[in-house]
Amino acid sequence: MKRLTGIGASRGVAIGKVHFIDNVVKRVECDTVVDTVLEMERFEEARLKAIEMLEELHQKAKNTVGPEESIIFEIHQLLLRDNDYVNSVHELIAKSHYSAAYAAQQTGERFAQMFSAMEDAYLRERSADMIDISSRVVRLLQGEAAYDVSQIKGQIIIAAKDLLPSETIQLDRDRVLGFVTSGGSQVSHSSILARTMGIPSVIGLGDQLAELVDGDMIVLDGFNGVLIANPPDKLLKDYHCKQAEYQLYRERLQTLKGVPSRTQDGVEIEIYGNIGHPSDVDSVLANDGQGVGLFRTEFLYMEYGGIPSEQTQFEAYRSVLERMNGRRVVVRTLDLGADKAAPGISLPAEENPALGYRALRICLKEQALFKTQLRALLRAALYGHLAIMFPMVISLDEIRQAKELVEVCREELEQEGIPYGDMELGIMIETPAAALLSDLFAPEVDFFSIGTNDLTQYTLAVDRMNMKVGDLYDPRNPAVLRLVQIAAESARRHGIWCGVCGESAADRRLTEHYLRMGVTELSVTPASILEMREKVLSINLSTEKEHFMSRV
Amino acid sequence: MKEFHYTIRDELGLHARPASLLVKKAGELSSRIVVVKKGRKVDARRLFGVMSLGIRCGDAIKFKLEGPKEEEEAELLKRFCENTF
Repeated sequence: MKRLTGIGASRGVAIGKVHFIDNVVKRVECDTVVDTVLEMERFEEARLKAIEMLEELHQKAKNTVGPEESIIFEIHQLLLRDNDYVNSVHELIAKSHYSAAYAAQQTGERFAQMFSAMEDAYLRERSADMIDISSRVVRLLQGEAAYDVSQIKGQIIIAAKDLLPSETIQLDRDRVLGFVTSGGSQVSHSSILARTMGIPSVIGLGDQLAELVDGDMIVLDGFNGVLIANPPDKLLKDYHCKQAEYQLYRERLQTLKGVPSRTQDGVEIEIYGNIGHPSDVDSVLANDGQGVGLFRTEFLYMEYGGIPSEQTQFEAYRSVLERMNGRRVVVRTLDLGADKAAPGISLPAEENPALGYRALRICLKEQALFKTQLRALLRAALYGHLAIMFPMVISLDEIRQAKELVEVCREELEQEGIPYGDMELGIMIETPAAALLSDLFAPEVDFFSIGTNDLTQYTLAVDRMNMKVGDLYDPRNPAVLRLVQIAAESARRHGIWCGVCGESAADRRLTEHYLRMGVTELSVTPASILEMREKVLSINLSTEKEHFMSRV
Repeated sequence: MKEFHYTIRDELGLHARPASLLVKKAGELSSRIVVVKKGRKVDARRLFGVMSLGIRCGDAIKFKLEGPKEEEEAELLKRFCENTF
């Protein structure tokens, strides 16, 4: 038995024989020509043919992976039409008298290099796209057929140095059980396509791939990024079970649309979606979210290049409320800071923005800014079930000031004869201070929403974006969980509801703990809504369990 | 010449897909359009150029339009940006 570790790029388990494919493009040697005009014509012919082939692929991909993911093949066509690309090849032919194939290869490599030198991981991966398009042109010029993955026989797991997006899209799901590569990254188009197509894959295996022999029986574990060659029977059996379970799980999730999120002992839980823009409502609805648990409003300030007017804000809130059709929408009031700046609001750089002038602290000082948002919210409240929450609270005084401003806005609207509606008022629990004082805060508000990202950062004094200490960031740390427990308990005692809206709301290992603490709402990224519902359905809170907090 | 600033809010920045949409959009307009990031200028009709700026979420970029319809096209382009990234 051999065990190789890489990166899990697409979830699932595949069990089968590994088959190495030699899809590496052969490099063309430097070659010069005399008739440069003819060479340019040859290049043009190959380039147009390549565009035509990509259009075919694009149409095919639309059917297999849908319009979103298939656009990559439209991008490939655009790259081949791009003047920078075409001019570079023309120049190499005209000035250096290179053959069309060599000029195309050189240009592709040059652009690929430019991308691989970029800071951004996503853009670095675009170098694979460059290689993909120019090797297509080179092959056409050489009169070679591309490696045809669609001709693979039998059911196999493909092993290759790398898979190009155009190769991934052509994999036949009935025959290709999975794929493993020595290169690649999670954000390469091949990985994205694999996830959409539901093909399990492990990538980034590096030299380890050479330890496998063609025909080896392997288990590919896309969950953990592990490959096991020639596994013992016991392990193989375990993986067969795991595979069948996952298959059932995927099918089961789809059947959960329209099903209430209720624990086995009948406790109703609300599973909401987090959104950052009105257009995100689509994915909340598509995944049967029961509400919006966190509507970040910063987009308004980013998008309009200045402070958005009351009317602009009102329309944005109203559109979300109307589309959610009576389901609760929790809007977080402006959450800006020196690290989250917006044009039009000048915030001087700070030494320590996480502990600085931000969120509610700004709103209570810049009252005109805050009142514009509050008035828009009050007016929008007529169009659905609106709840608003204040971020970064640390004291009772702040809550009272914020509530006072809501009251002032309400009176203004009343006097102006402008209609407005009712809304729930809540706070985010994202500082240790708010959690510790939650028993004093609870009588003042209608709900708590625990923001576990900031709560973890402030409790553990860890900036998770800081590579040196990022591994200390842990929302499951007992100190963080104790604070969640305190807040949930205060909410329960004062009869208000308590939700969790940080990333750990989607951490299935914490769900039961949260529910046992008294959390009744989880707001997660829309794609995780059904997974969370499935988790809630599996929980029984009436059974006596060793009390989790006793260990915390 | 007409100019405007825009801050990217798409999490992945102006990566291949939105960049290609921008290039297409720029191709539909009659003005000469330049994208500027930190002093680097590229033609908005060139995908390589736009992608090579490596524009990320939160980056502020500037658009410069020149042509007889620059006023109205700047508005169109701005709205397009807001709806796309």
